[in-house]
Amino acid sequence: MIELVTSILNITLRAGTSLIYATVGETFTERSGILNLGLEGIMLTGAVSAFATAYYTKSLVAGIVVALFIGASLAVIHAFLSITMRANQVVSGLSITLFGTGMASFLGQRLGPESNGYYLVGLVGPRFRPFTVKWLGTLPVLGALFNQDFLTYMVYILVPCAWFYLYKTRDGLSLRAVGENPYTADAMGINVLKVRYLATVIGGMLVSLGGAHLSLSYTPGWAENITGGRGWIVIALVIFAMWNPARAVLGAILFGGINAVQFRLQAAGATIPAAYLNMLPYLATVVVLVVVTWWEALSKKVGAPASLCKPYVREEK
Amino acid sequence: MNSSQNRQSRPIVEMRGITKHFPGVLANDHVDFTLYEGEVLALLGENGAGKSTLMNILAGLYRQDSGEIHIDTKPVSIQSPRDASVLGIGMVHQNFMLVSTMTVAENIVLGTRSLSFVPDMECIRTRIRALSKRYGLQVDPGAYIWQLSVGEQQRVEILKLLYRDVRILILDEPTAVLTPQESEELNKVITQMIGEGKSAVFITHKMEEVMTFSNRVQVLRKGKPVTVKKTSATNPQELARLMVGREVLFRLDKGPSQLGHVVLDIQGVHTIDDRGYPALRGIDLQIRSGEILGIAGVAGNGQRQLAEAITGLRHVEQGRVLINGKDLTNRAPLEIIRAGVSHIPADRISMGIVGNMSVAHNLAMKGYRKPPLFQVGVLRPRRILNFALRLISLFQISTPRPQTEVKFLSGGNIQKTILAREIDACRGLLIAGYPSRGLDVGATEAVRKRLLEQREAGNAILLISEDLEELYTISDRIAVLYEGRIMGIIPSHRTTTHMLGLMMAGVEYGSLPEELKTNTTS
Amino acid sequence: MECGMHLVFEKRESRSRLAAVLVPVASFFASLLLAAILLLITKAPPFFTYAAMFRGAFGTWANLSETLVKAIPLMLTGLGVSIAFRMEFWNIGAEGQLCLGGVAAAWVALFWAGGLPHWMVLPAALCIGALAGALWAGIPAALNAYLNVNETLTTLMLNYVAVLFSEHLYYGPWRDPKGYGFPGTAPLPETAWLLRLTGRLHLGIVFAFVLAGILWFGFSRSRWGFETSIIGKNRTVARFLGIDIPRTILFSLFLSGAISGLAGACEVTGISRRLQQGLSIGYGYTAIIVSWLAQLNPIAVLFVAVLIAALSVGGDQVQMSMGLPAAVGLLLQGLILLPMLAGALFTEYRFRLIHENALSKLRAAAGKEPSK
Repeated sequence: MIELVTSILNITLRAGTSLIYATVGETFTERSGILNLGLEGIMLTGAVSAFATAYYTKSLVAGIVVALFIGASLAVIHAFLSITMRANQVVSGLSITLFGTGMASFLGQRLGPESNGYYLVGLVGPRFRPFTVKWLGTLPVLGALFNQDFLTYMVYILVPCAWFYLYKTRDGLSLRAVGENPYTADAMGINVLKVRYLATVIGGMLVSLGGAHLSLSYTPGWAENITGGRGWIVIALVIFAMWNPARAVLGAILFGGINAVQFRLQAAGATIPAAYLNMLPYLATVVVLVVVTWWEALSKKVGAPASLCKPYVREEK
Repeated sequence: MNSSQNRQSRPIVEMRGITKHFPGVLANDHVDFTLYEGEVLALLGENGAGKSTLMNILAGLYRQDSGEIHIDTKPVSIQSPRDASVLGIGMVHQNFMLVSTMTVAENIVLGTRSLSFVPDMECIRTRIRALSKRYGLQVDPGAYIWQLSVGEQQRVEILKLLYRDVRILILDEPTAVLTPQESEELNKVITQMIGEGKSAVFITHKMEEVMTFSNRVQVLRKGKPVTVKKTSATNPQELARLMVGREVLFRLDKGPSQLGHVVLDIQGVHTIDDRGYPALRGIDLQIRSGEILGIAGVAGNGQRQLAEAITGLRHVEQGRVLINGKDLTNRAPLEIIRAGVSHIPADRISMGIVGNMSVAHNLAMKGYRKPPLFQVGVLRPRRILNFALRLISLFQISTPRPQTEVKFLSGGNIQKTILAREIDACRGLLIAGYPSRGLDVGATEAVRKRLLEQREAGNAILLISEDLEELYTISDRIAVLYEGRIMGIIPSHRTTTHMLGLMMAGVEYGSLPEELKTNTTS
Repeated sequence: MECGMHLVFEKRESRSRLAAVLVPVASFFASLLLAAILLLITKAPPFFTYAAMFRGAFGTWANLSETLVKAIPLMLTGLGVSIAFRMEFWNIGAEGQLCLGGVAAAWVALFWAGGLPHWMVLPAALCIGALAGALWAGIPAALNAYLNVNETLTTLMLNYVAVLFSEHLYYGPWRDPKGYGFPGTAPLPETAWLLRLTGRLHLGIVFAFVLAGILWFGFSRSRWGFETSIIGKNRTVARFLGIDIPRTILFSLFLSGAISGLAGACEVTGISRRLQQGLSIGYGYTAIIVSWLAQLNPIAVLFVAVLIAALSVGGDQVQMSMGLPAAVGLLLQGLILLPMLAGALFTEYRFRLIHENALSKLRAAAGKEPSK
């Protein structure tokens, strides 16, 4: 039994790592008031570029760097359109998804070596392998946390840092203010546009890193639609976590866990169709949304950043 | 400039030749402005005179097209609120700049330059409490903004500036949201600050405030400077004339009332506000046709609730609302509109018009459901246009074309549009919420004339206003609202400011001292 | 003071009609340029590629027919989405509504065809499909109208539920036992086949044109059109005017979902004639882009849908004839939007050079009241 729980936790963490990176990233973006629906596109492009780079340079670090760069670039486009050009954020994000998805497919069919028909599919490249932390890795149940790869270990640092930054630092305060009331933040001397740009770009970088984890560790390798819609799940997760990076872990584990549990259940002969289990996270998110919105007392203290999706215009300067 | 070393006569702010234009309007036209250290200067003018614009430039929110600013006789360039803050300039706006989901302390330290990367909130709260005590601005640093009353929120705004060692304090229409008593307290706070060597600018369009609060007064009219005077050397009538450029009639011809049947009958109405607290606590009043009933009271004592309860926009928990004898309590807004009730909302921009739609469409928004604007299953564009042209002409709405989007109109013309629409649709009862708020004297007069016309025509009017002058001038009776209850309903010719002031602060008519009750206004 | 010039970026006084037409066109060419750069990098000659794409989309009757076939679901979902967007109700659930529409149509065709008279099967399938889409849109609509829950997120989530549900059906309980291992239902009976006009071009195109006409008329001449416009621009005012907002939202979203559901039903009864993989390939999301590019104008939606479909079909052709990845079309679709989004700003704002001495003219002009 303990074996089962440990192995489920193990898989859950591996599956959830990319989700956590992306969720923390998008949480920051949305906290500044920008909704980025281009996550699926960013994750895919991040995955393909990280893999291609790592394959040719044989260096995982190079792969990560390129993924960060790609994530930043796509996010900057969304930021430029949404913030500077004040375009509709929903449409802008969706175009990034469309563009990113197309780009990733395109590159996946074009960047490979000639020997493979220019395809990247089916190639084997360098990957992050899990390694065990001495002694900690042998603990029952909790040992699963210490049998992971480098990127997952980084998550253990990322999440507390993100939480601390958001709630305990001056810059986090500014970020939250921009998301709740950009006019006030502006009047208080905060550079709203800069904060939003940074939040979007850094968010995009983290999302792309999540994609890189898929192609450099989880799958590994490149396949069409490697993300399987994770980019959309992240949008749900951010809400589920109520825009709190620490709670993002819960959500990621939940979503990642359902995947893992599903395999085990089927192996054990359970009769719930996989589809219904897969639907659960999305339905759960709808419920969370309803509860958060409906419960007034709650929504005054937690809830969507009030300026989410609204462009900020300082009339005249 | 006086070169003496006397602190009192040192110009701390000098703005020369400030010009600022927005699309279609010249807000400031070569305005000169001087503020001396240790004084309170009132900046007086009608809406659109350019007072807020000028001060927004000083506070760094706008940038002037041309002109210079000198602080402490040194030329400066103010590009942002942060620059202004560095120079010791701070502004309390009409719409508070507060983040409601954060605490008082967090709001106060937001954006301060000296804030360390990981702030020590406990230390900050202590500092705030000390400031609170020193200036008499009571507020709990740990409270969330959404928990505070409007008066308390204003205190937070002022504390924000004090925390940053502001030397030059700009207040934009601060008393609009305060009771007479709270205004007095504000006066004390400002006096305390002046005593410590700070200087203040008070933006207002009310002559009485100028007389109460300031040492000197500068008048602006239509973007141009008019004059600067010592407050002690002038009076409200002169100020009004300077503001507007002509003699202002403070009295309109109001004929004797011709009362008819009871149009609006409110019986024991109770409502709850958005936070769950009781708002209206048992309102009883009646209005007859041909009568104007004025509702006085500081904003926030239930006026909005009253208007909403009558028009179906807010749930009535207890009691009844009868219109022309029919019980229309808690009916859908549409039903009440169909019963002939019109409403000029207090929030005219957010509730009264759709900015992105044309003037014509806005005018049609009450009549579009039936002939002639709607017939045989479709809307009739040509008829809508003719209808609009008729109203534009009748109400003298100044607009380039009927198709112009209404957001491009001036405040006064927007209000005229709303008035036109609502009056045209009115069949018995008109609810007017602060109809002349923020309008210049000319537009105000026009509004009041229309209301009197409707009274002549036999409609019943509920007039909610913060302008006591207005209430005397056109209402037949005045009711005072305080904390959701009516303190008394008195014929307007028997009211005085003193009486109303006490009632607005919670004294019931029955408890007023006898000598007040027997006074009449001259 | 000095004889200087300022460049200002300011709000226009009124929407510029000229810009509203010029900007999309200019942006389109800008995106062609951007894509050309990308193509050059991957060693594909841009001009040649574009020409091949154009031929692939419009070159022959067969190609044109295919383009129109791909355009139909975009037209329908684009129209549906426009209704919602008019009220600033961000319905991004067209994908799920389309999907369930297809599922419902298949359900009628597979399980009820036996019990219904022949002439009734297809209309029933289409109607039930539309109804399914309507109900699926109704859920987030009700949540938003009555509980004020953010509709962008709920419609998005429900997409996944719908797609997973449909996959479950044709992989599982509805799977064709004689399907040779391919996931999908048995073929639908012929009574449920939507009429094809030529090639694969089916009656759906007529539905699209008719609905576009009805909606265009409805938007501009009906009380409903007036009210939805007000709701979209200012909900507070809508309520103030007595408009029943929840009911209007529900009604409009039912309509919106129904049209998307119809799109799905047409795909299933007109193209695939079974329920299988390939129903949900992103039409619902692309529809948002179509609708936005068309600025919510129902007639424009038809044209834009054809344009976007052309990119997709042209892209497929390019793959076959030039060995380029089919994703080129997809790439272009994404690229097109970006300059156009940027360009949209120019209908509201503009650049202007102000001369110092021109300020005095401004002063004189602005001193007057707006003329009557």
